[in-house]
Amino acid sequence: MTTSAPAQTDVSATRSRVPQYVMYGVGLAVLLAAPFFVYPLFLAKVLCYCLFACAFNLLLGSVGLLSFGHAAFFGSAAYVAGHALKEWGLPFELAALIGTGAAGLLGFVFGYVSIRRQGLYFAMITLALAQMVYFLAFQLPFTHAEDGLTAIPRGKVLGLFDLNDLYVLYYTTAAVFVAGYILISRITNSTFGQILKAIRENQPRMISLGYRVNTYKLVAFVLSAALAGLAGATKTMVVQLASTVDVHWATSGDVILMALLGGVGTLFGPVVGAGIVEMLQFYLADSGLPIQMVIGAIFIVCILVFRRGIVGELQRLRGG
Amino acid sequence: MSMQVLFGQLLVGLINGSFYALLALGFAIIFGLLGIINVAQGTFYMIGAFSAWMLLNYAGIGYWPALVLSPLITALIGMAVERALISRIYKLDHIYGLLLTYGLMMFIMGTFIFFYATAGRPYPVPADLLGGYNLGFMFLPKYRAWVVVVSIALCVATWFVIEKTPVGRNLRAATENPMLTRAFGINVPALLTFGFGLGVALAGLAGVLAGPIYTVSPLMGGELVIVVFAIVVVGGMQSIFGAVVTGLSFGVLEGLTKVVYPKGSNLVIFIVMFIVLLVKPAGLFGQEK
Repeated sequence: MTTSAPAQTDVSATRSRVPQYVMYGVGLAVLLAAPFFVYPLFLAKVLCYCLFACAFNLLLGSVGLLSFGHAAFFGSAAYVAGHALKEWGLPFELAALIGTGAAGLLGFVFGYVSIRRQGLYFAMITLALAQMVYFLAFQLPFTHAEDGLTAIPRGKVLGLFDLNDLYVLYYTTAAVFVAGYILISRITNSTFGQILKAIRENQPRMISLGYRVNTYKLVAFVLSAALAGLAGATKTMVVQLASTVDVHWATSGDVILMALLGGVGTLFGPVVGAGIVEMLQFYLADSGLPIQMVIGAIFIVCILVFRRGIVGELQRLRGG
Repeated sequence: MSMQVLFGQLLVGLINGSFYALLALGFAIIFGLLGIINVAQGTFYMIGAFSAWMLLNYAGIGYWPALVLSPLITALIGMAVERALISRIYKLDHIYGLLLTYGLMMFIMGTFIFFYATAGRPYPVPADLLGGYNLGFMFLPKYRAWVVVVSIALCVATWFVIEKTPVGRNLRAATENPMLTRAFGINVPALLTFGFGLGVALAGLAGVLAGPIYTVSPLMGGELVIVVFAIVVVGGMQSIFGAVVTGLSFGVLEGLTKVVYPKGSNLVIFIVMFIVLLVKPAGLFGQEK
């Protein structure tokens, strides 16, 4: 387990020829201009999954812990935020905050139990715990079983801008994504992030150095769960729907594929992976080809020949 | 609550428990030998059921031959997959095995959905096992009794093969120390392939048994593997005994919960797992390596 992910390269990589702020500037420009070329609603949805994938990768990329149950956090936040928007009539900011908090709390409970076991057991336990949330989504009074929460009102952001305007919707989502991405990047490059990496590389040594390894893992797990929740809550506002698909194990599988395809060892990889997987799902919806077949095939190819992911391979080529 | 309902649910629980035990047993063999978490275990259960359905509908081959043929077909498919794909990643971190078999599960499931859609197809109960026994306090359908008996017999037989026969000795040796086993001139890679075939054949057989009770559909088995996960987390993966006993008791527990509090029957297994992890993180029968 300790050697699972290829070593995470620092974003402040000294080898890159283009200065970092130029890359960020270009990225931001693309983000701002994109809705004038592509349907904003679709883009907003993709951005939610990008944030979800980055949040998931915070755990796998840094600590090397593979969670197979992240749909539980994404989906429960989607339900809670949806309920807050629809039944309580709260504005989006508050609903997202409550959803994120709920996911973080659930992450604390699940994390507390699952980090007691290592490696493969950890993955199996997170999946089994997430299945509990899936069954609960069918039975709790406020989740409405198979129907889910539908026709969720978007309301206004900051009490001023109507989120039903597609551009307002897009830029609000983009702001959430950028905030989440910067936070994840700061966490990864902080002292805390370095300790997480050290735990991944050599856990016994960190224990002998006096670090409370399990506390660090738990904090990382809660952060990852909460950010996945932020993504889920925002998605609910964007597509106005929270359903059992959000908490299904296949969603947990999808987010793994997004990180894997883009590059587990990189910060930006999950964004690329999420974009590709979401686009695939969009185009395959009309093709009559079952999505599982394609997702499965990509999974197999990724594992056998392409373990660094797209961004990982690009970095390797550039770095020499 | 009436006795009839109680015993009825107990029987259903015992049947589900038999399937859990067979799947978990195969799962434990594969993990012990190959170090691979076979997420596709439920998919091989589906393949077993579907191959029996195909034999019946395309070739007119009935239940009894299918009981032997379908697990063989499942084993052959499994062995081909092991040779072609899984054997390539033994040297990598075990986590990749889990992800690869997950991809495999999605791919096979998707392929079956493509050709057969998701609707369930009935598989008739064999004529010899129609009807049932009236036990006074409940009616016991013959076929259900047969499923429980044959499953438990199979678990015992598998235990016997692994513990008491030369093949089993080699398997155990390869599990303990593959390098040394190879040095003794035993073909370990072939043994691994055989072990994978054996593990998935048990799932395939469970699938054939399940056909007449549930319907045959590409979606069957998808979620079964999550229950298997809970079983091996609770029972410990090192012990075959632990996997079988935990599997059976989880089925019964589900059945009993259905009588007392029907809404909780889906959840009870995972709640037990949660509690076991809090109280005894290494599982009931295992110790963490």
